[in-house]
Amino acid sequence: MRESGRSVVATGLVFGGAAVYLCLVGIVETFSRRWVIADVVSLGHVVLLAVGAGAGYVATMSHGEFARRRGPLAALAAGALVGASPAALLVGGAAIDLRVMFINASPQLYQILALGHAPAAAVPLLVALGAAAGLAGWALAAMAPRARRTLLSGLVVVLIVGIFQDLLQLLLQGPAVVTAVRGAVFTVDGPSAGGAAALCVLTWAVLAARGRYDGALRRATASLSPGAQRGLQALRWALVVGLLLIVPIAGGPFVAQVMVLVGLYILMGLGLNLEVGFAGLLDLGFVAFFAIGAYTVALLTSRGEHGIAHWSFWAAVPAAMAVSLVAGILFGIPVLRVRGDYLAIATLGLGEIVRLLVLSDALRPWLGGSFGIVLIPKPRIDGWELSGPRELYYLTLVASGFIAYVAWRLQDSPLGRAWMAIREDEDVAEAIGISLVTTKLLAYGLGGAMGGVGGAIFAVLVGSVFPQSFSLLISINVLVLIILGGLGSLWGVVVGALVLVGLPELLREFGDYRFLVYGIVLVVMMLFRPEGLLPAAAQRRELHAVDDVPAGEPASAIAVSGAGSAEA
Amino acid sequence: MSVLALDHLTKRFGGLIAVSDLTLEVPERTIHSVIGPNGAGKTTVFNCLTGFYRPDEGHVRFREEQIDGLSPDEIARRGVARTYQNIRLFANMTVLDNVRVGHHIHVTGTWLGTVLNTRAARLEEARVLDEARRLLQFVGLDDQRERLAKHLPYGAQRRLELARALASRPAVLLLDEPAAGMSPREALDTMAFIRRLRDELGITIVLIEHQMRVVMGISDRVTVLDHGVAIAEGPPAAIQRDPRVIEAYLGARHAETGFASDHVHGAS
Repeated sequence: MRESGRSVVATGLVFGGAAVYLCLVGIVETFSRRWVIADVVSLGHVVLLAVGAGAGYVATMSHGEFARRRGPLAALAAGALVGASPAALLVGGAAIDLRVMFINASPQLYQILALGHAPAAAVPLLVALGAAAGLAGWALAAMAPRARRTLLSGLVVVLIVGIFQDLLQLLLQGPAVVTAVRGAVFTVDGPSAGGAAALCVLTWAVLAARGRYDGALRRATASLSPGAQRGLQALRWALVVGLLLIVPIAGGPFVAQVMVLVGLYILMGLGLNLEVGFAGLLDLGFVAFFAIGAYTVALLTSRGEHGIAHWSFWAAVPAAMAVSLVAGILFGIPVLRVRGDYLAIATLGLGEIVRLLVLSDALRPWLGGSFGIVLIPKPRIDGWELSGPRELYYLTLVASGFIAYVAWRLQDSPLGRAWMAIREDEDVAEAIGISLVTTKLLAYGLGGAMGGVGGAIFAVLVGSVFPQSFSLLISINVLVLIILGGLGSLWGVVVGALVLVGLPELLREFGDYRFLVYGIVLVVMMLFRPEGLLPAAAQRRELHAVDDVPAGEPASAIAVSGAGSAEA
Repeated sequence: MSVLALDHLTKRFGGLIAVSDLTLEVPERTIHSVIGPNGAGKTTVFNCLTGFYRPDEGHVRFREEQIDGLSPDEIARRGVARTYQNIRLFANMTVLDNVRVGHHIHVTGTWLGTVLNTRAARLEEARVLDEARRLLQFVGLDDQRERLAKHLPYGAQRRLELARALASRPAVLLLDEPAAGMSPREALDTMAFIRRLRDELGITIVLIEHQMRVVMGISDRVTVLDHGVAIAEGPPAAIQRDPRVIEAYLGARHAETGFASDHVHGAS
C-alpha cells in the first residue's frame, strides 16, 4: 500500500518535472501561439494536458491490483502533482527571477500558465486541471482498447487539423462547396469549437461504421471474381497515382517544394534500405553516393567554368547512376570483411573521405573546392524548362516511382533472398554457395546508384553543388528515416521520409524543437514499436504469430510428430 | 572411387591440436559416420571440409580435386552441403524462402533480368518455386511454407535445415548431429530418413554423431575420433567390439560425469 503510494508520487513528480521542462525550454510558449480550438485550447495547453493524462495513465497501468480498486485515486493524485508543478513554477517565478538561468521563463509563459487569472487563483485551478487530466488518463487506461483507439483517433484528428490549419485553409480554396467546408470548420484564428467537435464526432462515426461493416465489406471483396479484384486493385493504384499527381496543383509551390525534398530522401532511403534493410550492411556514409551523383551531373552539365561536357540533364542522369554504382562497388571492397559495429565506423570514414576529397585543395581545379560547381542548367524537355518546384516535383515523382519499382522487383528475387540470407547469417549464407563478394558489392553498388539519382536531382533543384551540402547529418537522417519507417519495408521508406522530412518542413515555426522531438520520437519508437511504422511483411507476420511455439524448444511431442511426418 | 577424401589433415588452434593427421576416404553413395566424445574434433573436421577453416597441414579432396583453400561458397558450388549442430536457419525469412535461397548456386539469371521481368527470369523463378515446394513436401513442411523459420517447432526446424541443404542438390551432405535433442525413437526415425536420402537421391552422407548406437544401424563405415585422433575406423560391427573405442568411451565416462550416462547408453 505504502509502496504503491510512493510510486504514484514518483510518477506524478516525474511527469510534473517533464511539464516544467517543457515550459522552461519554451515549447509551451511557442506552441501556445497555435490554437487547436480557436481562443479556447492552444497546442501548448494540449501538450501540458497530455502530460497530465500520461501521468494518470502510467499511474493506473503500473499498479496492477491497486489500480483496479484505487486506480482513479492514484491517477487523480498523479495528475494533481503534474498540475502542481507548473503552479509551483508560476509561484516561484513570481518570487525569483528565473530568466537569469532560463531565458524562456518569460512573462508570456507565466501569463499562459495563469490561464488569464491572478497567480493566486491560478494555482488551485492548475492543480484541478491536472487532476482532471490524470482522471482522463485513468479513464483511457480502464477503457476497452478498441474504445480507446476510437476516442483517441477523434482527438488526434482534431489535433492534426489544428496543427496544419494554415496548410488546410490553403488547400480548401476554390469551389463554393470547398469554401463552405472551410467556413464551417475554421474561424480566422483557427478551428472553431463547433468545427472541432464536428470533426471529432465525424471521425468517431466513420470508425464506428468501419468497425461494424468492415467484416462484411471484406467478405464482399473476397467473394468478387479475380478479374473484379484485379480491377479494384488497379482502381486503388489509380487513386494513389491520381492523388500524387494532384499534390503540387492543390498544395501550391510551397508544398511542391517540400515534396521534392521528401522525394529526394525517399530516393536515398530506398538506396540505403537496400543496403541496411535487405542485406543488413550498416552504412553511415551513404551521403557519399548522393554527393557523387550530384557532382557527376554538375560536372557534365554545368555552364560554368567547371563544366566539362555541357551534356543535357537526361544524358547526365544515367551517367550519374553509373558513376555512383561504380563508386558503391569501390566503396564496398575495403569493407567486405568488416562486420557489425566496425562496419558502421568504416563506412562513416569512407563517407567523410568523399566529402573531404571534394573539399580538398588538390581537386579544387576540377571540383571547385568549397566554392562548389555553379550554373547547373535545369532539365529541358523539347524547349520546356523544368524550373519550378512543381515541374521538379513531377521529375522526382517519376524517379522515385522508377527506383521504388526496381527495389520492389529486387526484394522478392534470387538476389533479394541472397541479401536477406546474408543479413540473417553471413556464414551460413556463404556455406550454401552465396558469394559474399558479389552479393555485398551488388548491394553497395545498386544502393549507391539509387542514392546517386537523388543527388542528380538535387543538383538541378538547387542549380549548384557545394561540399557543405553533403554532411554526415544527411546520412544519419536517411538511416533514421528508414528505421522509423521499418527496416526492409518499401512503404516504410515513404512514410519515414514524410514524417521525418516532410513534417518538419511544414512545421517550420516549431523548427527550434526539431531535434528535441526527433530524439523523443526515436526513443519512444525503439521502446514501443522497434519494427518501425510500416514494417516489412515478414516482421509484421512475426508480430501476429504470438501463439506459436517458441523456437529451439526441444519438446519431445513436437519432435516426434516432426520426425514422424518426415517419414510419411 | 571416393567422392571425398581427407589426406593427413591437421588443424591447430594455438597450442591445441583439434584434429591430428586424419586420413579418411568416403566412397560414393555411402554413409560414413564420425563419432566421438564431446570435444573430439568432429565439428572441426566439418569446418575444414566446408572451407570455414583452412587446415594447417594436409588436404581435402572432392572428386580428386583439392578443395582446401577454396572459400565456403566455392566449395558449396562443387556440391558439398551441410547442416549445423545448433540449427542455423535464416530465422526471419519464411520457410519457403529458406529453401529457395538454398537453390542459389543453380540460379543463372542476373538481377537485371529480374528487374526487367524477362521471360527467362520468370521461368527460372517458377522453377525455383516448384523445386522448393517439392522439397518441402519431401520433408513434410509444405503447409508451413509462409511461416517464419524461427516460429517452427524444433523438429520441423531440423527438417527445414535439411531441406535447405538438399536444395543445392549436393553430391555430399554433411550432417552435424542431426538427431541431437531427440528421443531414441525420434533419432531412429531420423536415421531412416537419412538412409532414404542416400537410397533415393544418391547422396553421399557424412554424419557426426555423439551417441554411438544411433548411427550403428545405417553407417557403412564409422570413424571414431578422440582428442582429434582417429582411434578406429571400420564397419560398425567391428567398431563396437574395438577395445580402444570402448576404452575411449568408458574413459570419457570416468572423466566427464555430466555426459557419462549418455556415452554408456551409446556404447552399450
